[in-house]
Amino acid sequence: MATAVREREAIPAAAPAGEPVFRARGLAKTYRMGEVEVPALQAVDLDLAAGEFVVLLGPSGSGKSTLLNILGGLDAPTSGSVRFLDHELTRADEEELTRYRREHVGFVFQFYNLIPSLTARENVELVTELSERPMDPAEALRLVGLGERLDHFPAQLSGGEQQRVAIARAVAKRPDVLLCDEPTGALDFETGKLVLEVLERVNRELGTTTVIITHNAAIAGMADRVLRLRSGRIVEERRNAARAAPADLEW
Amino acid sequence: MSPLDRKLLRDLAHLWGQMTAVALVVTCGVGMFVTLRSMHRYLQKTQAGYYEQYRFAEVFAQLKRAPLPVASRIAALPEVAAAEPRIVMDVLLDVPGLPEPATGRLVSIPRDRRPALNDLHLRRGRWIAGRDEALVSEAFARANRLEIGDTVGAVIHGRWQRLRIVGLALSPEYIYEIRGAGDVFPDNHRFGVIWMAYGDLAAAFDLEGAFNDLVLTLAPGASESAVLGRLDRELARYGGVGAYGREDHVSHRFVSDEIAETRVTSVVIPAIFLGVTAFLLHIVMSRLVATQRDQIAVLKAFGYSDSAVGGHFLKLALAPALAGAAAGSAVGLWFAVGLARVYARFYQFPVLRYEPEPGIVGLAVLIGGGAALFGAWDAARRAMALPPAEAMRPEAPARFHKGWLERLAGPGLASPETRILLRNLERRPWKSLLSVLGVALAGAIVVLGWYAFDAIQYMKNVQFRAVQREDVTVVLREPSSSAVRHALAGLPGVLRVEPFRMVAARLRNGHRSYRTTLQGIDPRGELRRVVDRGFRRHDLPPDGVLLTARLAERLDVRPGDRLTVEVLEGARPVREVMVAGVADEMIGMSAYLELGDLNRLMREGGTVSGAWLAVDPPARDDLYARLKRLPAVAGVGVREAALRGFESTIAESFRLSISTLIGFACVISFGVIYNGARIALSERGRELASLRILGFSRAEVASMLLGEQALLTLAALPLGASLGFAVCALLAFRFESDLFRLPLAVSAQTYLYAFLTVAASALASGLAVRRRLDRLDLVEVLKTRE
Repeated sequence: MATAVREREAIPAAAPAGEPVFRARGLAKTYRMGEVEVPALQAVDLDLAAGEFVVLLGPSGSGKSTLLNILGGLDAPTSGSVRFLDHELTRADEEELTRYRREHVGFVFQFYNLIPSLTARENVELVTELSERPMDPAEALRLVGLGERLDHFPAQLSGGEQQRVAIARAVAKRPDVLLCDEPTGALDFETGKLVLEVLERVNRELGTTTVIITHNAAIAGMADRVLRLRSGRIVEERRNAARAAPADLEW
Repeated sequence: MSPLDRKLLRDLAHLWGQMTAVALVVTCGVGMFVTLRSMHRYLQKTQAGYYEQYRFAEVFAQLKRAPLPVASRIAALPEVAAAEPRIVMDVLLDVPGLPEPATGRLVSIPRDRRPALNDLHLRRGRWIAGRDEALVSEAFARANRLEIGDTVGAVIHGRWQRLRIVGLALSPEYIYEIRGAGDVFPDNHRFGVIWMAYGDLAAAFDLEGAFNDLVLTLAPGASESAVLGRLDRELARYGGVGAYGREDHVSHRFVSDEIAETRVTSVVIPAIFLGVTAFLLHIVMSRLVATQRDQIAVLKAFGYSDSAVGGHFLKLALAPALAGAAAGSAVGLWFAVGLARVYARFYQFPVLRYEPEPGIVGLAVLIGGGAALFGAWDAARRAMALPPAEAMRPEAPARFHKGWLERLAGPGLASPETRILLRNLERRPWKSLLSVLGVALAGAIVVLGWYAFDAIQYMKNVQFRAVQREDVTVVLREPSSSAVRHALAGLPGVLRVEPFRMVAARLRNGHRSYRTTLQGIDPRGELRRVVDRGFRRHDLPPDGVLLTARLAERLDVRPGDRLTVEVLEGARPVREVMVAGVADEMIGMSAYLELGDLNRLMREGGTVSGAWLAVDPPARDDLYARLKRLPAVAGVGVREAALRGFESTIAESFRLSISTLIGFACVISFGVIYNGARIALSERGRELASLRILGFSRAEVASMLLGEQALLTLAALPLGASLGFAVCALLAFRFESDLFRLPLAVSAQTYLYAFLTVAASALASGLAVRRRLDRLDLVEVLKTRE
């Protein structure tokens, strides 16, 4: 399977740090809910640089998840274009999007979405198996501080531990971009900080471009850049002079 | 409409695929129930009414010849209510358009009144009035396209006579119109009953003032066995061959067996379908309660009572069951009409109009609803017991472990995909087992459906290829010297003659006895063999008698035991013989001896009753023409013709019911597998969507879900085959009667068809689920908790 995927490879590997990874222009997304049309995104322009740590802030319904899903190849915009490196995502078909997610994107979700029938290590292996140059699953789990819990099933792990397994699973294939949708949304304060520390460490040590969406403004302090969305538009863009350590965040 | 009921309708619409599958299975089960139950009631009522209205006799006796006053004396016995002396004779008939001779059973009736017993139902035409006028059985007339006013030729006591048909009739004595024990299926072309005036027959057979057949009814409270014994003693010196009651009356026996059979099948087969219904609803409703935990919580939080919530889920289960019951009742009543038409081909009843009974439909709806409630009860109970606060929280994550299946698969096989699959199976072993059982049951029913074809095919092969190898059977009017074989050999086209001897006798072992025919066969014969259900040929033992297994059971004897033989013909000797062997034959309760042994037992020289002939095909019609006019010949059987008759009657008549069963089996098969796959999709949709997001392709994700279903189906195949064989064995055992036994012969083809049906159902279900899997909304899944 891996060979077949490699032969059909269409997208080149990661860009050097600082180079643009994503270039979105005029993105718009409209959902049809029965009779009415609901605009979720309107005329969004966005560039993401390699290695950048970006936080998307906004209340629910502001369009941040829609934007993340389009970047992750889970959803297609109604109009506009998204370029990932040299590749136009908006023109990709289902098969190409699957390959794109498989090779370049790591996802972390609010509700972890682990496979309950697989242990921590096996959940990571599930992804490294698909990957060309993966980390050792055990190493990925050590990276998130779970080196001792390799053979535990999700049901035997706390929420924070489950989320860290999800992060290990996302980063183990060395993705070009890590997309996190409310990664601390289901966690308490202490556990949430622990997870953020792991994300910060991955970004720092592996140089993975990281996008986190949250409605928790306090998290913005740890980002290189903060984008605030409202009603489907980017209403504010801010660069932090220095990234705060997750441990220093308070909310 | 209350909001809860509106939710019910929406849920039904949402689950329409699974609900339709449930409704279809109920339709099949209820349809079968209504059809078979209706037929049971219909046959039972028709038989009872017919017997009563037409005064069907209770005791029957055949003899050689007795003067009429003997009958009057018997009729005057206090144990006897009524008696009717008759003349009954088999003759050869020349039927226009039929090359081979047919056998006509001439039965005497009074010209000036209706018979006191075994009255006729005059279907068309009029009662006999003049000389040589005859009433012909309707089935025989229909098969041979005989009309009122037509004539048939008959050799009556050596004289060629033409009988004029004045009416078509039915008799309670010949509802199942076959020659006698040994025949299994009616052949209306070549056997028919003809009623003629007593005077005509008495004159023709030199029986003036005499009779050779007596039927009677018993006075209230009289003991049948006492009357049988009395009759045997009275009639012995008039050549009585043994009196018997209704239990041993061939037609009565066949009809009664069929009635008993419909009763059993009307319970067994619907029970399987309704069991599957309960199983399907159990799975569907359990899953529904699990996914609607939060809704249950909200309902309860806002004040809906536990019973309202439980009732809501029970109603949801009742909906497809009642819809299925309604459809099944309609289908069942419709099939009943078709089946009544099939029965009309086999059973000659005067009332053929089948009237649906509303009570059966009511019962069917109750049973269908009951199965639904039974299946949904557990889920509804859980919904009722769920405390609202707990219901608000998601269900605890499923616990998994590494199980034995995985260790069995070994480290080499254990990719994460394999592990997911195996651990899912092992997490709920009972559910996996039930799914396997459900699919296996579906396969078993397919096997059962095709087995009916196999059994008929097998019977045909054994009977017409292995047992009967002659072309023509000739039965002589009187036992004759073995020199008759030379006369037969001289007939046109005859290549080989093998004589046989048939003797009426009562076999006795202690208090057990059975009236049958001793068959003397040439042990080196080629044209007739004893072949058992396993297709094994049994050589005739040189000393002693070979019994069919059923007869040996009835008499409770084993090889080596001794039997008393009371011969009911000629000098009526009583002898001891040894049971030399038992053959598990399919048809009848026969006793075989070597021809020479039987002659010695009878203290007669080389006497024969008839012969089997091998005939050169081109000369066949010449031979038939000669046989039709030979006075010494009482009956002629033609194997090819019998085979054709078998094929046209049986194959056509059974096709409807067997095809129906097979169709229903396919529905079960699809219902079970489709539901299993849909539930699996519902339970694991979120997990599979996560895998899709992680970069697994549609095909990979589908193979993970469908792999599990495939594995379950695969495991079900051998179980289904064994279960199918067991059900066939049960059926063969159930169908075992004195008249015939069903062979337990399930062909490889039947298993193949069952495999293909199950595989096709699995494939269709897989495709349906795959389509849903492809449309899985990845974004939506991430927004919701389990």
